[in-house]
This record gives sequence, structure tokens and C-alpha cells, in this order.
Amino acid sequence: MATVRALRSCSRTAGRLICVHHIRSCTSVRFIKSKYMSIFDKSAFKFSHQHRLFRTSTISNGQIVQFKLSDIGEGITEVTVKEWYVKEGDSVSQFDSICEVQSDKASVTITSRYDGIIRKLHYNLDEIAYVGKPLVDIETDVLKAVSSEEDVVETPAVSHEEQTHQEIKGHKTLATPAVRRLAMENNIKLSEVVGTGKDNRILKEDILNYLAKQTGAILPPSPKPEIIPPLPKPETVPPAPKDRGTKIAIPISKPIVFAGKDKTEAVTGFHKAMVKTMTAALQIPHFGYCDEIDLTQLVQLREELKPVAQARGVKVSFMPFFIKSSSLSTYLGTCMYGHYMLPDVLSFCPLLFPLGDKSIKRALSAASLGLLHYPILNASVDENCQSITYKASHNIGVAMDTEQGLIVPNVKNVQVCSVFDIASELNRLQTLGSSGQLGTNDLTGGTFTLSNIGTIGGTYAKPVILPPEVAIGALGKIQVLPRFNGKGEVFKAQIMNVSWSADHRIIDGATMARFSNLWKSYLENPASMLVDLK
Amino acid sequence: MVILLSLKNCFQLHYGLKIPAAGFRCSANSGLIIQSVSSDIYQNLAVEDWVHDNMTLEDRHVLFMWRNSPTVVIGRHQNPWQECNLKIMREKNIKLARRRSGGGTVYHDLGNINLTFFTSKKKYERMENLKLVVRALKALRPQFDVRATERYDLLLNGNFKISGTAAKLGRTVAYHHCTLLCNADRFLLSSVLKSPYKGIKSNATPSMPALVKNLFEEDPSLTCEIVMDAIAAEYARCHKIDHCITLINPGDETVFPGINMKTKELQTWDWIYGKTPKFSIRTCFNMVYKQSLLEVKVDIQVKHGRIEACNIDLPEQWLPPAMCSELEKNLTGSKLCPSETAALASTLLRVCPQNYELHSKWSLLCETVMTLM
Repeated sequence: MATVRALRSCSRTAGRLICVHHIRSCTSVRFIKSKYMSIFDKSAFKFSHQHRLFRTSTISNGQIVQFKLSDIGEGITEVTVKEWYVKEGDSVSQFDSICEVQSDKASVTITSRYDGIIRKLHYNLDEIAYVGKPLVDIETDVLKAVSSEEDVVETPAVSHEEQTHQEIKGHKTLATPAVRRLAMENNIKLSEVVGTGKDNRILKEDILNYLAKQTGAILPPSPKPEIIPPLPKPETVPPAPKDRGTKIAIPISKPIVFAGKDKTEAVTGFHKAMVKTMTAALQIPHFGYCDEIDLTQLVQLREELKPVAQARGVKVSFMPFFIKSSSLSTYLGTCMYGHYMLPDVLSFCPLLFPLGDKSIKRALSAASLGLLHYPILNASVDENCQSITYKASHNIGVAMDTEQGLIVPNVKNVQVCSVFDIASELNRLQTLGSSGQLGTNDLTGGTFTLSNIGTIGGTYAKPVILPPEVAIGALGKIQVLPRFNGKGEVFKAQIMNVSWSADHRIIDGATMARFSNLWKSYLENPASMLVDLK
Repeated sequence: MVILLSLKNCFQLHYGLKIPAAGFRCSANSGLIIQSVSSDIYQNLAVEDWVHDNMTLEDRHVLFMWRNSPTVVIGRHQNPWQECNLKIMREKNIKLARRRSGGGTVYHDLGNINLTFFTSKKKYERMENLKLVVRALKALRPQFDVRATERYDLLLNGNFKISGTAAKLGRTVAYHHCTLLCNADRFLLSSVLKSPYKGIKSNATPSMPALVKNLFEEDPSLTCEIVMDAIAAEYARCHKIDHCITLINPGDETVFPGINMKTKELQTWDWIYGKTPKFSIRTCFNMVYKQSLLEVKVDIQVKHGRIEACNIDLPEQWLPPAMCSELEKNLTGSKLCPSETAALASTLLRVCPQNYELHSKWSLLCETVMTLM
């Protein structure tokens, strides 16, 4: 490895920046010349092609370099600054993007030529910048060369060119400063590493491969930012070459460095509104009630209905049935018990329904029937829980997964809708939801919610009531499970679990249980829905 | 890495082996013609990014030909609210994309050809590229009156724009791309490229509307395939390479390592809408509520596509002031997006007093505000 000697001159005359050029070679250190420099110009670029540039500095201050806007081509002399990627005080590395400028339909990314700290931006946004004039002032970096006192340490040098050249044993070794740093940290001689990049440039992977061969271990990649263009993940290092033979592999235990940073961002928009709503929701004393529904008959019915549905151009899932049953159940309860029990308001909001999922539509249907029997589930209480409003309309909401998150559009007036009406309405809502076109009308006015979380997965859930509703149901996935029939035989049953949550201030367990039983009976025996359908 | 190497060093040889190309035999080092099999705007833009970031073009030129399903493409520094009708686009499922090059807004569909000329930064020369296209068209149909303008447009018969140009210059690589209208839906184009949004004050690059025409209208026998082939032939002739077009799949990670990440980045809301330069919307409009006309003044500051500050002036006491300020407060920081606003507004309504009149007023106000987005 060529001996690297860094010559520094700490001569810094008042107001003058002095740059010392060096050429490295294995035999001697040639001192080219010091150059008075405050602004780089083109001739300096050509000259320094062969040279390494060192910044001389004191420990506390760097040197301010004015980075000029270079030629864009086509004889363009002025551009508009459109976006700054850095601000004053930011540190930049060579090749980092500094700003975006535009000239006559051409957008140009200006990248930094130096490592350092941005000290001044010469233009504001939308101002005209001139080619050849200073764009930013960069204080070139001395922080990285922490051990700047030691002569043997190789300073991360700043170069005009893409890579710095090193004359070692007569041939140039190309490597970017980051790669050189990595090599230096691991005490590797660059001349011994085989370069696989363009023009035999030594890449980071080459250093890692070299190291791995030495130690027989796979090293974690360096977490430091790379200047080299993005490369695919390094392949697994091949096992030790044959010549290693009897050597014992000693893995180097390098401390695993994780360079990830926490990211904090404000809660805004829809999520902010949800924070408020969910905080209010949890003020409601919830109680849960879960049950298992045998959907075998419903599954069969849906299969039979498929061609009919297709002929009408409607995708029928289970959801319309769930919804309608809920609606029916609310009503019957009132009649059955004569007196008015505390209205149970079932806010059936159809929850996540995938395209073509008939289960949701059936669920919606059953829910509405249920609500007819137990209207308390379709009610709403005021803030202090002093009065209950029994809602006449069964606007059953279905939770839908969209770009914004989980939103709940509702199907209006399920009590007067047929299963197909519900199905087509669900289709409409889903189309609008996926293209981001749902309006406030579809999203407000819900009285009951159903969430078909089972389409994603899960069995039992503990749903949170969406105020101002008083109940909610979560449907798990439909599983094929063994069950016993009336004759004691085992048969294949399509089992789905439902988890209800209700406002315990006005709904009691018995009411919810009866509602759920009625709803369950509608779904387990779809024909019974016919009897009570309006 | 091996593949990348081959792409960088011996592009032709290894490349030819990887892709089942149509007889890829480019012998010289100086040129390559590739054509995308995908009509997804994001994937195709990602190819441009990939070539820009990963290829060295010191002594090599690349021509990339691509077409997209219906999309509106805005320039790097443009404002989509100012440039196109987002409402119609949502309804008709027309995508929106922001490219990395500058310039104005264009409408793409399968009747429009996109050509990207990749060169090293030193060899960046837009007029030469356009002259190449003109030569190709003239070779195809000598009677066509096609010429390039100073603004790097191509005009048919002196006054109809058939092509617009944009360019991107990086550190070492530059590309110039342009459209070419062969058989695009002109009526959809004009309706979609007209912004309905009033009151926008912005420093974003504006587009220059122009009369357009399709080449197909001049000669119905022309198809996109014929035109692309003619341009490839002229390119091959110019760069003294074989006239062979390599088909590429922009989703193939083995050929273009890292391209799927680029594709994803181009699809994010933060890129498409969030990169809009700061702007403000100041307008007033009339709302009709129960047979009375109400004037609403809105002042919204938008930064990075999000509402930085918002002020809604309503007739006094029409809505409880607390509710109005609640809406303003929640809109602040929210995306300038109608579905986001609808979701936000309806969620907020859940914790408001349950009063039909209040709810209908609120919904009306929110729907009105949403028309600005």
C-alpha cells in the first residue's frame, strides 16, 4: 500500500484560503503548488484531474467555497430555482442533490461537488440563477476528519472529479471517498483489492468481499451513506477459496450498527378526526357478546343465486343478507315483547366487503331484519345519555378499507330494501370508495355498523362502537369446521363467528343475546327471512 | 450485480442474452433502441429514472419508446389543480403522474407515442432529436408538413401541435423526451386538460394550451406501430447501428435492479401531489340552502399538497362558530383531497350534537369545500 502522507500546511493568511495540491505515489510525495483559491474555475478542474485536493484548515473552521452553477448546455445562461433540497446549516456529501432548477422545459438536478456544510443559499425559490455565478456557499468539511492531527490518517478529500486517483505501483486505483474510508477503517490496501466497477473501480462490495475472504465471515454492510449509484443487495460471499485450506475461520464480531432513525410526524386529516371520535367512543361502556353462526345453508343459497345476480349485473356477497337480517331482527323484537324495551340500536355498518363477497350482503340483510325486532339497537343517545332517539331508518354502515384508512359508508333505509337493492348499493359504494369519490352523504347518517373483518382474517373481535350509534358487529372469517348434526353425525359446516359490542348504558345482555339469536336464525335458515321480509 | 455490470460494460452482449429480444444484434457501441411492453405510466417513468441513475452513456445513446393507458402527466414543477380536471379524471379512472422532467402537462393514451432520447450530458441536444423525428415522419409520408419550432414543439401543417418536449439533466446523464400524437382521444384530451378550479394563485410552471391534431387524421393508414418503427429506423441510420428494437419489461427486477422501488415512489401521493410548489386558493362561492343563497369565502394555503392554513368565512351564525373552527382546525395539515376531506368531515360529525339541520348544513359546507379539490 502506498504510504499515504498527508501534508498539511496550516498557513492561512487573513482572508485567503490556501489549497494544497498533492499527488500520491509510492515513492515520493510531490508537492505541486499551493493555489490561491476562493472560487474554483474550469482550469482548476482540468488541472486537478491528476491530483488530490486537500483542504487545509484549522480545527474549528472550515473553508467557505462558493459553488458555482455550472454550464447546463445548449447555451443556456439562466435558470429558475424551483426547489431547494438543502437549507443553510445542512451537511452535504459529494453528489448529494442540492437543488432543482428549470430552464425552458428542462429540469436540472444540481448535485454537490463537495462534502461540507451549506452556509448560504444565494437564491430564493422562483428566482433566476445565472450560470457561472455562485449558487451556494459550502463550508468544506473538517468534522469528518476527526483525527486530523495524525499524519497517517487519510483525510476524506474533496475532488472535482467523480473519483480520486491514486497512483500506486504505477497504476491508478479508482475508488470513491466513501470506499476509501471503508478500506482505511479495515486496514486494507486498495492495491490488493480487485475492482469490479467501471474502469476497474473499487466498489464497496469489493472491499467486503476482500474482507470476507480474509476472515471467512460475512460482514454486515457498512451503514454509512454510499456515493456509488444504487446496486443490488450484495450476493452471499462465496465460501473461503481453496488456498485457505487448513486455516481456521475466525469470524470478526463487528458491532451491528443500525443507522435507522425514528421518524415523527403530525397526526393530521382523517386520522386526527378519528382520534377525536375514538376517544369519545371509548367513553361508552362497551360490553361484548359473541356467537357462532352456521352458514352452510346460506352458502348454498348464495351459490344458487349467483347466476341470477350475474344476470342482473350485481355482485351478491353474504353482506346483504347479514344486513337485511339485522334490520328484520330489530322490528320483531318489539312486537314479540309487547312493551318497549330500551331500544337496541344495532348500527349495522357493513364492514369491509371485498368484491363479490355475498356474505356481507346477507349480513346486512339479516341485520336489518333484526333491527326491526329490536329497535333499541338502531337508536342513538345524546351526550349525557338523557334521552334516546329511535331511528326510523336503518342506515347500516359497512366498514371499508380505502387509501384514507377504514371509512364507513352506509346503505340507507335497509328496512325497505331487498337483498339485491342492498347488493347493488354496496357495489356502488365500493366503486366510489376505491376511486376516492365517496361523498359526505354516503359517509354520514349511519345508525348501525357491521364490520366484515373476516375478509382479511380473524375469528372473534372486540369492535368499538362508532358514536352516535350504540352497537356494532364484527364478522370473522368463514371457516369449514366439523360439527354435529341432529343425528349426531359429523358434517362439514361453514362456520362464521360474530362479535357484537353494545352500549351497556341502554342495552342489556339479554336484548343483545336475543337479537343475536334472531339474526343467527335468519342466517342459518335463510328461508325464515322470507316470512318476515317487508 | 453481474447483470448491472454487463449492462454497464458490455450492454449489448449480456443484455441480448437476458432479454428474448427480436434479434438483438446491435454491433456498434454507440446506440440502443428499447421499447416497453408495459402501458403503465409509473413503470415507464421508472425506466427513465433507472437509465438516468444507472447507465453510463459516455459513448452511447439510447432511444426508449413507450405508450401508456389513459394518463395525465404533469411536469416536475407543476400544479395538478391548475393543470387538469381531477374530478373527471377520478370518474373516468384516468391516472395522474408527475414526471421528473420539466415542461407542461400532457395527456397520454395508447394513441400517443413517447420517445425518450438518452445521452450523456455533453451530448444533450434537443433540436437534433426533433429533427430526427421529422426526418422519420417525412420518410414515411413525404407529403406531411411537419416541422420543429423554437419551443421544441412539432407542428403539423404549421399550426397543429403533434408533439411536446421536456428534458431532465442529471450529473452525467441527460434525457429529452417528447410525445407524438398518432391516434389519441382528442376530445377527452381537451376536457381533461382544462382545470375547473378557480382562485388558484401559484408560481408553478404553467402549461401553454395549443391546438392539437393526430397524425392519423392526416393519414388514416398510419398506426403507432408504423410510426415507432420509422423512428427506430431513422435512429438506427443516424447512429449507424442495426435497426433492431429490444423489448423490455419494466417490472423485471433482474434486468433493472431497483426499478420496482422507483415505480412505487412515482405512485406515492407525496410525489404526485406533494411536490406541488406552494400555492393558495382564494375564492368565494354561493351555496344554496333551503331556498336561500349563502356566500362563502374560502382562503386556503397549500404546501406540499397539504392544507397549511385555511380560513372559511360563513354568514354569521349559520353554523355554530365552534363547529366552523373545528373544521378549519382539522383541515389544517390534511391533504388537499376530496376523499380525505369527506372522511374527515363525516368522522367529525359523529361527535357533534345530533341535529338533522346541523348535519345537513355541515355536509353542504364540506361538499362545497370539496369541489375545490
